[in-house]
Amino acid sequence: MANPIEQFKIKPIIPLEVGGVDISFTNSAVMMVIAVVLVTAFLTLSVRSRALVPGRWQSMAEVFYEFIAGMLRENVGSAGRKYFPFIFTLFMFVLTGNLLGMVPGAFTYTSHVIVTFGMAIVVFIGVTIIGFARHGTHFLRMFFPEGAPIATAVILVPIEVISYFSRPFSLAVRLFANMTVGHIILKVLGGFVVALGVFGVVPFAFLGAVTVLEFGIAMLQAYVFTILSCIYLHDAIHMH
Amino acid sequence: MDEQQQHSSFDELDARIRAAREREAEKTSDGPGRRAASSGIGLGMRLSVEFVAGVAVGVGLGYVLDRLLGTTPWLMVLFLLLGGAAGVMNAYRAARGMDATVGLGAAQRRLAERQKDK
Repeated sequence: MANPIEQFKIKPIIPLEVGGVDISFTNSAVMMVIAVVLVTAFLTLSVRSRALVPGRWQSMAEVFYEFIAGMLRENVGSAGRKYFPFIFTLFMFVLTGNLLGMVPGAFTYTSHVIVTFGMAIVVFIGVTIIGFARHGTHFLRMFFPEGAPIATAVILVPIEVISYFSRPFSLAVRLFANMTVGHIILKVLGGFVVALGVFGVVPFAFLGAVTVLEFGIAMLQAYVFTILSCIYLHDAIHMH
Repeated sequence: MDEQQQHSSFDELDARIRAAREREAEKTSDGPGRRAASSGIGLGMRLSVEFVAGVAVGVGLGYVLDRLLGTTPWLMVLFLLLGGAAGVMNAYRAARGMDATVGLGAAQRRLAERQKDK
């Protein structure tokens, strides 16, 4: 049976080392470049005609635009408009990464925790900076839960602060774990199909169902990652 | 169709569009983080991640503070407990369907308001 973990192996394609740091161009980086090129091509080519009545491709691009614009409007309000380019880029990058991972033989860059953590920490630090820039030290007021007696601040404030710091971790781990687990399940089921011979039709049918489920999860997790970023942004901008 | 009639039908259409927009705005203005219900495995994974992240961040913060202040291992012990509390709080909030904003009190109030509306 094929090793189910092997698909996550990082392979350097163009070995590169600068000052003792390995910055090789890897298979993960290749997929990221493909994703960026695909998204850029899709969005620029589809709206090239700038038709008032959109064609097939243009309306697809507009669906994505409307979806993220609506998400920002609902979760952040009109003050969130400024951050649309970032949120939109984030969503398209994660979504494309998840969906490219469903191409047989392709590498899923969102299945590496360092990639998702990199995106999560950018969101976290960015949101914290926005919060302090807009509210100054008043931003810290948010860590004391409203309606609680003042004497409980000693214990409640550290808990809320730890909860705040756990955000990038839960954000990163959720996306990474979902993608990794899904791909391992697919690989293991695929191994069963081969190993069981004629009886392999049973896991094969199951494999079909799980593949459909995985497409759903790929889209859902991109959505969850983006909407949580929006909610964190709401915190920083409005403080309730 | 004379011009008068055409005008009035446009006005009517305009009013209907505006009314529809207002309904839409009302529907979508009940605060951040209304989350769609997900599958059982998704919820289980979410809760466990929330809890573990709380504990891990608590231990990490305690460890770093200990290294900086030279109080090994007392702050790590303290922050392990606080991290556990934060993890339980996060998991509780996720399980009760509260939004992911900072502050338990505000989230509880918003949840109560949302349920009252329904």
